[in-house]
Amino acid sequence: MQLTNRAKKIDKSEMTLAERMYLPAIAGGMAITLKHFFKKKPTINYPEQKRYLGPVFRGHHILKKDEEGRERCTACGLCAVACPAEAISMVAAERKEGEEHKYREEKYAAVYEINMLRCIFCGFCEEACPKQAIYLRHDEFVPVFMNRDEVIYGKDKLVEDMNHRYLREGWK
Amino acid sequence: MKVTIDNITVEVEPGTTILQAARKIGPEIAPPAMCYYEPLKASGGKCRACLVKVTAGSEKDPRPMPKLVPSCITQVQDGMVVENTINQQVLDTRKGIVEFLLINHPLDCPICDQAGECHLQDFAFEHGMQQTRYEEERRTFEKTDLGPNIQLHMTRCILCYRCVFTADQITDGRVHGVLNRGDHAEISTYLEKAIDNDFSGNVIDVCPVGALTDKTYRFKNRVWFTKPVDAHCDCDKCKGDVTLWYRGDEVIRVTARKNQWGEVTAFICNKCRFERKKTSDWVIEGPTKVARHSVISANKYGANKIVPEFARRLAASQYKDVKEGRNLEQLSIQQLPEERFKQLVAPAGESAVAGIRSIQNWADDK
Repeated sequence: MQLTNRAKKIDKSEMTLAERMYLPAIAGGMAITLKHFFKKKPTINYPEQKRYLGPVFRGHHILKKDEEGRERCTACGLCAVACPAEAISMVAAERKEGEEHKYREEKYAAVYEINMLRCIFCGFCEEACPKQAIYLRHDEFVPVFMNRDEVIYGKDKLVEDMNHRYLREGWK
Repeated sequence: MKVTIDNITVEVEPGTTILQAARKIGPEIAPPAMCYYEPLKASGGKCRACLVKVTAGSEKDPRPMPKLVPSCITQVQDGMVVENTINQQVLDTRKGIVEFLLINHPLDCPICDQAGECHLQDFAFEHGMQQTRYEEERRTFEKTDLGPNIQLHMTRCILCYRCVFTADQITDGRVHGVLNRGDHAEISTYLEKAIDNDFSGNVIDVCPVGALTDKTYRFKNRVWFTKPVDAHCDCDKCKGDVTLWYRGDEVIRVTARKNQWGEVTAFICNKCRFERKKTSDWVIEGPTKVARHSVISANKYGANKIVPEFARRLAASQYKDVKEGRNLEQLSIQQLPEERFKQLVAPAGESAVAGIRSIQNWADDK
C-alpha cells in the first residue's frame, strides 16, 4: 500500500562496464568542480575586508557627544546598575564654570570604565541610558587583547571622536 | 472608634487622622504622602497626594463627603468608610496630582543626588503617567547655598513646607521660610543668611525631593551603589543614631535613620552629619534593612539576600551529620558541622533553627 509519494524507485539493473569503472561519476564530479571556478567566492580576507554585521550588531561601546561636541553622559549610574556582568564603573564630578562646552549637564563622568573581560555585550546599558550617551557600535568589534592591562577601557577609548562621528541608520 | 478603609476595619483612638489609621493597617493601604511628616507638627495638607474618598462620613451621618478629602489632616469619625486604592476617582485624581507636582519639576533625576530615595520619584512611578503634557517653560532658579553644607535647588522644590516646619520646630531662631506667593513662591533664607543652627542639616532629610541636598555628598555616588549601615555614637547634642552610607571603606554620607514611611524620628546634629565621616567615629550596629523593592537593594547588598523557604527546607531535609574520622577538608555544604550549617542556612536566628530542627524531625519520621 502506498502511503506517501516520497518513496523512490531504486534502479537495481546491472551496471554497464563504463559505470562499473566510475567514468560518468568522475566526469560529473569534475564538472561540478569546474563550475565552481567561475562562481563568485564567498570567502573574504578578514582583517583587510570586513563584512557588514547588520544594523543591530552590538560591538564596541561608544560614549556619544551631542552636536556641539559636549559629552552626553551625566554619570547617573543606570548603565552600571543595569549591567548584569557588573562591568561598568564610574566616578562623577561637577562641571566647573567654563566647561560648558565640554559637558552637557552640570554633572559628568570624570572616570568611566568598562571591563571588557566582564562585558557580555547584552546592550542593557544602551537600553538603560536616559541621556542617549552610551551605545554599542554596530560597525566595530572590541579588538583582541594580548595583555590584561588593555582590558579596562577608559574614557580615552570610549568617548566619540568628533572627526569620525558614529551614526546609525535612522538617526539622521 | 471604628473606621473602615478599603473594606478593612481598624480600631483607632479619637483624633487620629485617616492617614494614620491607614498606616496602622499597612503600607498597601496607606495613601502616599509628599508633604505630611508625622514628627513635624502642623505639616500636611499641602501636596494633595493623599486625597481619599469618604463614602460614609460617620455612623450618625452616613452621607458621603462631597469632595475628596486630604487624609493627612482629616480626622476619623466613628463608623467612617474610606476608599483609597479601590476608588477609581481617587486614582485618577492622584494621576492629576502627579502631573501638577511635576509641572515645574525639572526631571533631572540622572543628575540629582536624591534619585533612588526620592519620594516624588516613587509617587510618580506608582501613580503617574509616563508622558508629560506640559509644553510651557518651567520655572527655574539659580541654585543657592544655605550655609556651607546645604545646597538649595529651588527648581526641584515642590513646596511641601517640611523644611520650613523643621526650621520652625527643631531649630530655634528661624532664618528660613517661604517667600512670595503662588507660582512665585520659593524657599529661601532672608538675604541668603546662613543657617548656623546645630540641627539645620535635618532639612536635607525631611526634603522629599532633591531640593535640599548635602553638599559634602554632592555627586559623590549614586544611592544604589552605596551600602547603608546603622551606627551610633555618643553625642552630647543629639541621640546619635544614624545611617552611614559607605562606598567601599569610606563613609560618604551620614543621615538620620528613617522609618518605614521615610520619616526621621530622631533628628541628628550637624556635627554628626557633616563632620563625623570616619568609621572610627562610630559604633557599627549592622546593615540597614532595605526594602526588597527599593533600588538600593539593587546593589547586591548582602543584608537583603533572601534565602527562600523551600531552599531552607530542601537543605534541612538533605542535611547529613558529620561522622567522626572523615576528611573535614573535603566536606561540601551539606556535610558541614552542624553549627556552621546553622550559620549558613539560618542567619535569621534561633526561631529559624528551631524551624529547621522540626523539619528535620519531620524528615526523619518519614
